[in-house]
Amino acid sequence: MDPQAIDQILRKYDYEHSSIIGILQDLQEKENYLPEKDLAYISERLSMPLARVYRIATFYNAFSLTPRGRYLINVCLGTACHVRGAARVLDRIKMELGIDVGEMTKDRLFSLETVNCLGACALGPIVVIGNEYHGQITPAKVESTVKKYRKKPRRSATKSPGHKGIK
Amino acid sequence: MKRISSAQELERMREEILSSRDPDKPCITICSGTGCHAFGCEKVTEAFRAELKKQGLEERIDIRTTGCHGFCEKGPVVVINPQKIFYQSVTPEDTGEIISETLLKNNIIDRLLYAHPQTGEKIVKEDDVPFYKGQMRIIFGNNGKIDPTKIEDYIAIGGYKALSKVLTGSSPPEVIDIIKKSGLRGRGGGGFPAGVKWESCRRAPGDRHYVICNADEGDPGAYMDRSLLEGNPHSVLEGMMIGAYAIGSDEGYIYVRNEYPLAVRNVGIAIDEVRECGLLGEDILNTGFNFDIKVNRGGGAFVCGESTALMASLEGQAGEPRAKHIHTVESGLWDKPTNLNNVETWANVPLIINKGVDWYTSIGTENSKGTKIFSLVGKVNNTGLVEVPMGMTIREIVYDIGGGIPGNGRFKAVQTGGPSGGCIPESLIDIPVDFDRLTEAGSMMGSGGMIVMDDKTCMVDTAKYFLNFLRDESCGKCTTCRDGTRRMYEIVDAITQGEGREGDIELLEELSWVVSEGSLCALGQTAPNPVLSTIRYFRDEYEAHIKEKRCPAGVCKALITYVIDEEKCTACGKCKKVCPSDAITGEKKVPHKIDPEKCIRCGACIAACNFDAVNVV
Repeated sequence: MDPQAIDQILRKYDYEHSSIIGILQDLQEKENYLPEKDLAYISERLSMPLARVYRIATFYNAFSLTPRGRYLINVCLGTACHVRGAARVLDRIKMELGIDVGEMTKDRLFSLETVNCLGACALGPIVVIGNEYHGQITPAKVESTVKKYRKKPRRSATKSPGHKGIK
Repeated sequence: MKRISSAQELERMREEILSSRDPDKPCITICSGTGCHAFGCEKVTEAFRAELKKQGLEERIDIRTTGCHGFCEKGPVVVINPQKIFYQSVTPEDTGEIISETLLKNNIIDRLLYAHPQTGEKIVKEDDVPFYKGQMRIIFGNNGKIDPTKIEDYIAIGGYKALSKVLTGSSPPEVIDIIKKSGLRGRGGGGFPAGVKWESCRRAPGDRHYVICNADEGDPGAYMDRSLLEGNPHSVLEGMMIGAYAIGSDEGYIYVRNEYPLAVRNVGIAIDEVRECGLLGEDILNTGFNFDIKVNRGGGAFVCGESTALMASLEGQAGEPRAKHIHTVESGLWDKPTNLNNVETWANVPLIINKGVDWYTSIGTENSKGTKIFSLVGKVNNTGLVEVPMGMTIREIVYDIGGGIPGNGRFKAVQTGGPSGGCIPESLIDIPVDFDRLTEAGSMMGSGGMIVMDDKTCMVDTAKYFLNFLRDESCGKCTTCRDGTRRMYEIVDAITQGEGREGDIELLEELSWVVSEGSLCALGQTAPNPVLSTIRYFRDEYEAHIKEKRCPAGVCKALITYVIDEEKCTACGKCKKVCPSDAITGEKKVPHKIDPEKCIRCGACIAACNFDAVNVV
């Protein structure tokens, strides 16, 4: 992210150390993940040790240090989804995409993650792809659901692959 | 929005709003909670708007998008007022007919009505649907009446009346006394008396006091706080303001999960509105009371629902709990006296002030007053949010309101209290649900998740599920929790893989004691509950896994095989088509077979078969 845009986020939070979680959330909303050089920049501007920024970035589940695909597939593993067979749905998605949880497909189209409850329990098992909720998913519905996103027209060009996560 | 600078002005505004509204004017109410959103309520709303425009009826018929009505299973839910006609699973294609038939000609559309699952009888009015009939929706009911993004709607139903009442007529100790006498207990899990907490916080020395609303609803399977914040954010804000006045605080925080984008949005809009009209900020209602609220979004860590971890997170630290030798009411956020309550607790406060202690204490059981919202989910027909008086039995909730178990399943257990709670078996189905009785049964109230399980739910797998959750969410500070939940998970996982050994159950019980005694916060202290309660009530299932290498519920993959019943198979080929691992073979007219080596036990064939020919053995 360009430094000026980061400064804008920092100004929004008054450069407060206590707002570090919100700052990282805003950064991730724009970038899809937390690029290493941006974390270093934030650490410098806030005069906060990089180790502390990194601690926050790794403690909270919502943050990712590696790039994510265009569509983040989030499989809810809440209790209600679990008793209705979410684990089998997850297995089927892994098979369909050929990746494990926390990974991205080679074409950079999908990333797969799990979440512990989305609070939409009546619709379980539930899978969120991008911003769209897919309720009452079964293993048999996985293939056709994922297919729709493969066919979606590409919006603007994907972000340059220049950033690398912290190694 | 006009600025409201006194109690009289608030009342005048309420009268103006009410007199500008005709209660008999037809209004289409569309539920826009997260559940209905996922079912496509936005498209339904658009279709209604377009249809009204097309027919030139925009002036004659109102549209209101409200918060969650609770009956998420049947979304999108549409209620036609003033008749209160209840339509379920409405699609954009239905909208034209609803307007031309129901709104213009007063004809009921039969196919959109709710049918009683046992009798098949069609039900017209919302209040007559059995799901709603058994409930007492004093907190949650307003969700269906108001647009959460319009403060006028909240004021119209009596909003901020309780605030103006206490600011102009009661001293802070009097307010605390009312809350103490009401018997209100924290709805977040612990069940600590709210009034006592407020009083301790007020008495704690310090130049600044804070109030916090805990909206980090992390219990998987519970979503009532989300729906309250989404559907009626002002009731939570009003509760916080009253609490802040009683405690002597001028700054409040709402810590809300970032996984709840609609709740974050709606509460943000509500705060902006209430600030704009002067009910939040300085010199509220000209009484000299100052108070403001900030919203912080969580980072997706379950442990941040624990009060000290939440406060650490608000300070921008990693959310790790600390020892509570000194309570947070004395030294909490920034080491200042801090009072934390959860969303539902705060939402109870305006109601108690408005309706009085006598009314409130007439609801519920001896030591648990008022109502509780439960999220009734899992293997139950009417999934959704239900609000019932404390003391209702599990049977009434699951069967009368929930409509029983889908298919011909048999009720096996209900899991309450999230990962800190336990499973209550069928033999205890008639216990009244309140704080104390659930604890006696080896579970707890928690935040109100109620996950119904049937005979196809494996209790060992359930224990494994919670252990996996807890080992993942343990913050890692205490060794007993970090490593203890891990070791317990490994043991239970081995049992489900058919590698369980004699003595494993005893080892789990011993480890449970270590984990609960050696951990600092409630996450670790209660982590063994799902294991202990399933061992207590379903020991035979553990033994079947360990001794006979068998999963009675047919869930644990390593212990089951899928076979096709040759008698029932018609060789239609459906299962072959859906099998993702090409494990099914068979020619036309020849019963198919499953290769157990290739089969990944995903269940796709069972779902696809129309003849119940695929069995789990």
